[in-house]
Amino acid sequence: MTVIVKTISSWVKVLIFLFGIYIIIFGHLTPGGGFAGGVILASSYVLLMLAFGREFVEENLSLPVASRLDCVGALLFAAIALFGLFFGAASFFYNYLQQEYLADKETALRLVSAGTIPLSNIAIGLKVGASLFLVILVLSIFRPEPSGKKEE
Amino acid sequence: MAIFYILLLFMIIAAIIAVETQDLLSSVICVGAIGFGGSLMFLFLRAPDIAITQIVVEVLGLIILIRATIARDLTFIIGDREFFGMVVSMVIIFVIFLAGIKVFETLHPFGAPIFAEVSDAASQTYIKEGLQETGAANLVASVILDYRAYDTLGEATVLFTTIIGATVILRKRAKKLLEEPDV
Repeated sequence: MTVIVKTISSWVKVLIFLFGIYIIIFGHLTPGGGFAGGVILASSYVLLMLAFGREFVEENLSLPVASRLDCVGALLFAAIALFGLFFGAASFFYNYLQQEYLADKETALRLVSAGTIPLSNIAIGLKVGASLFLVILVLSIFRPEPSGKKEE
Repeated sequence: MAIFYILLLFMIIAAIIAVETQDLLSSVICVGAIGFGGSLMFLFLRAPDIAITQIVVEVLGLIILIRATIARDLTFIIGDREFFGMVVSMVIIFVIFLAGIKVFETLHPFGAPIFAEVSDAASQTYIKEGLQETGAANLVASVILDYRAYDTLGEATVLFTTIIGATVILRKRAKKLLEEPDV
């Protein structure tokens, strides 16, 4: 890619990443949530991959690291759900932080509110971002050429 | 209501161009335009969460499609369609269209909620007691992560399994390609 694309994309990638983190963390106050924010996180790495090539990005966030982040996100979501079994009404996915500790306080529109909902948003955002980055990385390794021989 | 018809016309024209054109790049761009029209329609229906997710996933899907099609040097679709297949598909679409007219007459106008008139529906409970019980100002987040969190677990599991399947299958081919000697 040309010098203009490389320079601009190295400045803009930080803004896109920050915007994705903002959408995830404020998911219980403004529209967005874990899924949309996770896709935005993945697209910042896709911008890097299109501008600089696959090897540059693979040195930064390689395939084993991305798949481990994906698994950590899924396990975190399941762990948040399982801890609900030990409190109060003892049901799966019980919003224990809200019902036990925050129910009497007035935390309507603050950042620290709504119990386990922001934590679930962070877990899902991590999982979706790592998953989509993994798919695009693997798809760019395997790209068939028309003459029948596959290129790297 | 006029904006819905304009967007619908835009999406239909883009779909017709995507099917009829012979250039693969134009076809992929028209598929992207359909997704963009859908996202605008969600925005005008006052559903910003879905609009954000739709536009971002559609852009990412467009990038994947372009990478998959432009890597070949044969970017033109050549050949005629067969006549009998086209006639059969037109007849089936016409029959479904006639049935659809009968069904859609019984529904509410586009964009009007159905359960607003049923006073003991579950959505009334979510609207009245959502902020009080969960503490989240965004009612959509409180529904998908507190009231109906089990469905979100199912969706996360489906995404996880899909990505693992795609990675395993494609990694086997990629490893074999990296190891074979250059001819």
